[in-house]
Amino acid sequence: MTIPKLAVRNLLGGGTKFWLNAVVLSLSFVAIIWAQGLMEGLDEEASLATIDDEAGGGHYRVESYDPLDPFTYQDAHGPVPAPLQARIDEGKAAAILLVPATIYPQGRVQSAVLKGIEPGQKILSLPTSRLTAASDEIPALIGARMAESVGLKEGDILTVRWRDAKGAFDALEAVIAGIFETKVATVDAGQIWVPLARLRDMAAMPGEATIVVLEQGAAAAESFSGWAFRDQADLLADIRAFVRMKTIGSSIFYVLLLSLAALAIFNTQILSIWRRRKEIGTLMAMGMTRGRVIGLFTLEGSLLAFLAALVGAVYGIPLLAYFAVKGFAMPGGQGDSFGLAVGQSLYPVYSLGLVAATAVLVFATTAVVSYLPARKIAKLKPTDALKGKRT
Amino acid sequence: MDNGILIRTKDLVKVYPLGQQSITALADVNLTFRRGEFAGLVGPSGSGKTTLLNILGSLDAPTRGSAEVLGEKVETLSHRKAAALRNRHIGFIFQTFNLLPVYTVYENVEFPLLLLGMPPAERRRAVADALSWVGLADRTKSKPSQLSGGQCQRVAIARAVVKKPELVLADEPTANLDAENSHHILDTMETLNRDMGTTFLFATHDEKVIRHVRRKITLIDGRVAKDEALAGS
Ligand SMILES: Nc1ncnc2c1ncn2[C@@H]1O[C@H](COP(=O)(O)OP(=O)(O)OP(=O)(O)O)[C@@H](O)[C@H]1O
Ligand SMILES: [Mg+2]
Repeated sequence: MTIPKLAVRNLLGGGTKFWLNAVVLSLSFVAIIWAQGLMEGLDEEASLATIDDEAGGGHYRVESYDPLDPFTYQDAHGPVPAPLQARIDEGKAAAILLVPATIYPQGRVQSAVLKGIEPGQKILSLPTSRLTAASDEIPALIGARMAESVGLKEGDILTVRWRDAKGAFDALEAVIAGIFETKVATVDAGQIWVPLARLRDMAAMPGEATIVVLEQGAAAAESFSGWAFRDQADLLADIRAFVRMKTIGSSIFYVLLLSLAALAIFNTQILSIWRRRKEIGTLMAMGMTRGRVIGLFTLEGSLLAFLAALVGAVYGIPLLAYFAVKGFAMPGGQGDSFGLAVGQSLYPVYSLGLVAATAVLVFATTAVVSYLPARKIAKLKPTDALKGKRT
Repeated sequence: MDNGILIRTKDLVKVYPLGQQSITALADVNLTFRRGEFAGLVGPSGSGKTTLLNILGSLDAPTRGSAEVLGEKVETLSHRKAAALRNRHIGFIFQTFNLLPVYTVYENVEFPLLLLGMPPAERRRAVADALSWVGLADRTKSKPSQLSGGQCQRVAIARAVVKKPELVLADEPTANLDAENSHHILDTMETLNRDMGTTFLFATHDEKVIRHVRRKITLIDGRVAKDEALAGS
C-alpha cells in the first residue's frame, strides 16, 4: 500500500500539468471508442441492411453466376430444383432471375440488369408488391440511386431491350411503378426489378431462376447439382471488409491521438525522473530498492491512465450515449458520403468488448511509456541521485 | 560485531575516475566507531567527509579496502541487501532535509516504518513518539512547504530516528539553519543519543556542531589527519 499511496499523492501533487495529461489521454480514450463505435455501427447497419435487402438467410446460386462478372449473367439461369421450389411455394424462399438488358433512358443507351422477383415475396424487404400493376407495360421497381443517375421518376416509361434464352432480341416498354430507398448499393445501381413471371416469359426461361434467397435463419439445405450455396456470413463478408477499409482513415486519427498521449506521458515521466532525482535518492537512502522505485514511477504513469479513464468517463459516457441514441449525422448529409449507402445518420455501437479492448490498449501503452523512462532509475547511483546530479 | 563496535574501516580507499585522471577522495582510512558515539567528521571542502558517510551508509561502495557496518561488509553487499541494511538500521539526515513534499509531517515520519512493514498500532505509537522528541507533535498535518527550515530538519530527524536505528548519519545537518535552530537540533540529537544509545556521525563545517560532539575526526585530502576525543557539552 505504501507505493500506491505515494504514487497517488505524487500524481495529485502534480497539479495542472497532471490534469492536462489526464485530459489529453482521456481524449484518446474517448476518440478511440468513438471511432470504433462508429465503425461497428456502420458495420452493423450495413450488415442488417444487406440481410434485409439482399442476403436474407443465404443464397442458392446457379453455379455459372458470378456477381462480380456481368459477362456471366446471360447464361446464369437454370430450373429451380424441386425442394427449393417447395420452399418458395411455402413462402420460405424467393427466386430471382437475372437477365442482362439495355435501357434507353431519355434517348441514352445504358446497360442494366433485369431482376425478376415474385411481387408477393416476403423474404427481402424490397417493396415488390408495387410490381402487381397489370398492364401491357412491365411494371418496374428501381432504387433511388438508379432513379437519380438515369433521371427517372415514378410513372416514367422506359424502353428495355434484352436477349431471350435462344438469343433472340426483343424490346418492351416498362413503367416505373415505384422507387425505393435502400442502403445496399448492389440491389440499386443498374438494377431493374420486374415481376418474375413476366421476366420468365420475356426471356423464355420458364421455371428458371438465378438466385434463390432463403428466409432469415433458414437452415442450410442439401446441395443441388448446378447450384452453389453461399451462407449469410459469406454474403456479408464483402460488405464487412469494405466497412473496415473505410474506417482505416479514422483509425489513423486515433493512433495519432494515442501517440500524442503516450508522448505526453513519456515526456512527463522523463522530466519528473530528472527533476525528482533527489527524492529518488532519498527513497533509496531510506531503504527502498531500485525495483520498488521503478515500480513507483511506473505506477504513477499507469495511474494517470486510470484517472484519464475516469475523466474520459465523465464527459465521454454522456457524449457517446447521446450519439448512440440520436445518431451521428454523416458529413455530407446522406447517401454515398462514406462510399457506402448509409442513411442520414449513423448510430454508433459500443460493445463491452470494444470498451474493454480500448482500455487494455491504452493501459498497456501507458504502462510501457511509464516504465521505459523509469528504467533509467536503475542506472542511477543513490549518491548521484541525492546530489541531484544527472547520470 | 563484538565489544560494542559498530563500524570498522580497514585501509578504505575511494577513487573517482575523472576523465583521464582520477581523484582519490579517501586514502587508507582506518576508523572504528563504538555504539553510542556522538562523533563529527570535519575538514576542508573536498576532504572526503561526504564520501565516507556515503560508504558507511552503504549508499556507495569503496574502491579498495573494507568498511564493516553492523557486521556487514559494505563492499560485498548487493543492492537489495544494502537497501535492507539502510531500511532497518541506518537513518539519514541531509543538509537539504529531503522531505517528501506531497506527504504531511506525520506521513513523512511514518514512511520508513511503512517500508519496514510495521503493524499500524505500533507504527502510530512510534511516529507520535518521534514527533514529540523533536517537539512537533502539534504539526502532524502540516505539509513541509508550511514549515520553517528548522522545523523541516526536525521532521527529518524524527524520520531518521523513528525506527530506532543503531546508526544515524548526518551530512551538514545545520548548514541551512540559523544559530538558534542549529542549537535546538543538536540538543535534540544529543538527547536521543543519551536516552536511546543511538550512534550519531556528522559531517560538518559548523563550529556549533563541533562544540557538541564528543569525538572530532579531521580529514585532509581523504586521510585521517587527527582523531581526538572532546569533552562534549
Ligand atoms: N561523484 C563524484 N565524481 C567525481 N569526484 C567526486 C565525486 N564525488 C566526490 N568527488 C570528489 O571527491 C572528493 C571528496 O568529496 P566529498 O564530497 O567527499 O568532500 P566533502 O568533504 O564532503 O566536501 P564538502 O565539505 O564540500 O561537502 C572531492 O575532491 C570531490 O570533488
Ligand atoms: Mg560534503
